[in-house]
Amino acid sequence: MDETEARTAVEEAITRVVPGADLTGLEPDAPFRDALELDSLDFLSFVETLSERTGLRIDEEDYPRLTALRDATEFLVARA
Amino acid sequence: MRQDVIAKTAPAPVTPVLTDYEKACAEFSWAAARERLAGLPHGGLNIGYEAVDRHVAEGRGDRVALRCVRRDGTAESVSYTALARLTNRFAQVLRSLGVDRGDRVFTLLGRCPELFTAVLGTFKNASVLCPLFPAFGPDPVAQRMRLGNARVLVTTEQLYVRKVAPVRDGLPELAHVLIVGEHGRDLPGTLSFDALMATADDDFSVARTDPGDVALLHFTSGTTGAPKGAVHVHEAVVAHHVTAAYALDLHPDDVYWCTADPGWVTGMSYGVIAPLTHGVRVVVDEGDFDARRWYGVLARERVTVWYTAPTALRMMMRATPRQGPYDLPRSFDLSALRFVASVGEPLNPEVVLWGRDVLGLPVHDNWWQTETGCIVIANLAACPIKPGSMGRPLPGMVAAVLARAPDGTVWRSPEGRVRTVDEPGQEGELALRPGWPSMFRGYLHAEDRYAACFADGWYLTGDIVRRDADGYFWFVGRGDDVIKSAGHLISPFEVESALLEHPRVAEAGVIGRPDPTAGAIVKAYVSLRPGVDPDDDLLRDLLAFARRKLGPAVAPREIVFDRNLPHTRSGKVMRRLLRARELGLPEGDTSTLETPEPPAP
Repeated sequence: MDETEARTAVEEAITRVVPGADLTGLEPDAPFRDALELDSLDFLSFVETLSERTGLRIDEEDYPRLTALRDATEFLVARA
Repeated sequence: MRQDVIAKTAPAPVTPVLTDYEKACAEFSWAAARERLAGLPHGGLNIGYEAVDRHVAEGRGDRVALRCVRRDGTAESVSYTALARLTNRFAQVLRSLGVDRGDRVFTLLGRCPELFTAVLGTFKNASVLCPLFPAFGPDPVAQRMRLGNARVLVTTEQLYVRKVAPVRDGLPELAHVLIVGEHGRDLPGTLSFDALMATADDDFSVARTDPGDVALLHFTSGTTGAPKGAVHVHEAVVAHHVTAAYALDLHPDDVYWCTADPGWVTGMSYGVIAPLTHGVRVVVDEGDFDARRWYGVLARERVTVWYTAPTALRMMMRATPRQGPYDLPRSFDLSALRFVASVGEPLNPEVVLWGRDVLGLPVHDNWWQTETGCIVIANLAACPIKPGSMGRPLPGMVAAVLARAPDGTVWRSPEGRVRTVDEPGQEGELALRPGWPSMFRGYLHAEDRYAACFADGWYLTGDIVRRDADGYFWFVGRGDDVIKSAGHLISPFEVESALLEHPRVAEAGVIGRPDPTAGAIVKAYVSLRPGVDPDDDLLRDLLAFARRKLGPAVAPREIVFDRNLPHTRSGKVMRRLLRARELGLPEGDTSTLETPEPPAP
């Protein structure tokens, strides 16, 4: 998975959980969970969607790396 | 009915506050419970004084009141003496703004130290505190502030800009908005909380409040109509205090963590008030749920008593199944933890057993609601747990199961008498004998709705339960259409009303769809206006529309288009029938749900 694919996967997983989420104004390093108001159930759905879409296993200890767009993208590229 | 029992054979690490249930019930009196509190030095009773100043006056001011864990994991302590000063300052701030006895102060804040300052300072000033949930969208926030006559709002810049600024024009009674933390941007019509606090006086003489004076306003949801503002008075603190001792087994040296959001009644009664009246150390975690983070907080802060919610426990169970491996929890030192309790929605037996196996401690479920103000029914530290049961009534509480009429409401004779169901295992509506101090005293501006909660001297809870032969209560379901999602009550009416504001929506029916983690999630059935075609774009648009207005806590997580919503003869969408469809009951079998009526022509 290259960076563009990873980034797309992250963005699609976010918009699946938060339809209509405005990702254009989002800083790559800003915690999107806060900015887009993902509650804990939303965040779990996000992780599950991401895992389903990419076929990657995502564990509890990986969660801190999934809080901002850049981090999450890099995580997927490294894990794939 | 499941009859597993977790016996308490091993001696508890600390002798429980309540050891003999029957004896405690027989000997209990609310007058004696009142004696456990200090009272104001010159008479009267004030929650703020009991939670803070009392400990300073009695020589415990140096003890840690709050351990505030920031998002980055760093933590700082606030002593009871420091909290007394901060709350004095906030009371002075209110006074300097002309905010008086009975004026409503709203908070829209996460779990931060300023929340405690604002809440307790408000009590000291004899003003009335109303907490709001930060995951509400602008619509629920505005509606509650309007209904509650908000005079002051304490919030953050981010929450203000997102949720209040767009609706501020509709809140003419809102005189002051205090912004906690950075107040960098030019925000017209707001004041800096920090700046006001910096110049306020440390001294404040707690305003005299009597036990029956109003202290708190908590909004809750009904099936129909606007949210209901349940009114609570200062003497509620007697119930907060004694129930925290009985049901949470709080001892003076405990380190206590309540994970509930302060926007809900649990986060206020047991996140702020009750533990502080016991002088314990209260852990306040600003961060969001994350299993690893939570284990870290439990371990680092040496938490002894933990009060949390089924949804959170089920999420932890997903991270670490009962079958193992237990690597994640085992990598933390949880040896300080001695008591775990849960509230918000029925706790499934599996989670109780998960606690026993994974944490080494079974989870004690308990039951109460916004209106009761305090825990009413509980599994206790010294008593056997029946997994799946909410436990038995606390000392001082009288609970009964009332027979229901065929329409599902409580059965009443022509004279208005009700009938208790005394045979074990029979379903009926849970009812309570009013008279405990934290019983709500009314719904604000809605006397008729308050009166409708009572029958024949009983308070009707709206929950359907069974009581077994040992006196344990078991939750069966709600008697109405209110949705319980992640421990929060959600009004289907509020969600339907928001959806109907979308130009393409003709009708909406909203129900709770069973969900293994959240208990239920909000699901909406929507019919579209003539000529509008259902497609994925519209679906996404509707989900986004509802979430923008209602916020993540209330918005539907699933929407389906349905051209044939079932109606009553009067044209209302039949939610019960939608629930039957959702649960896969046979098509057309509505006999147990509602008197079948032909659909509107």
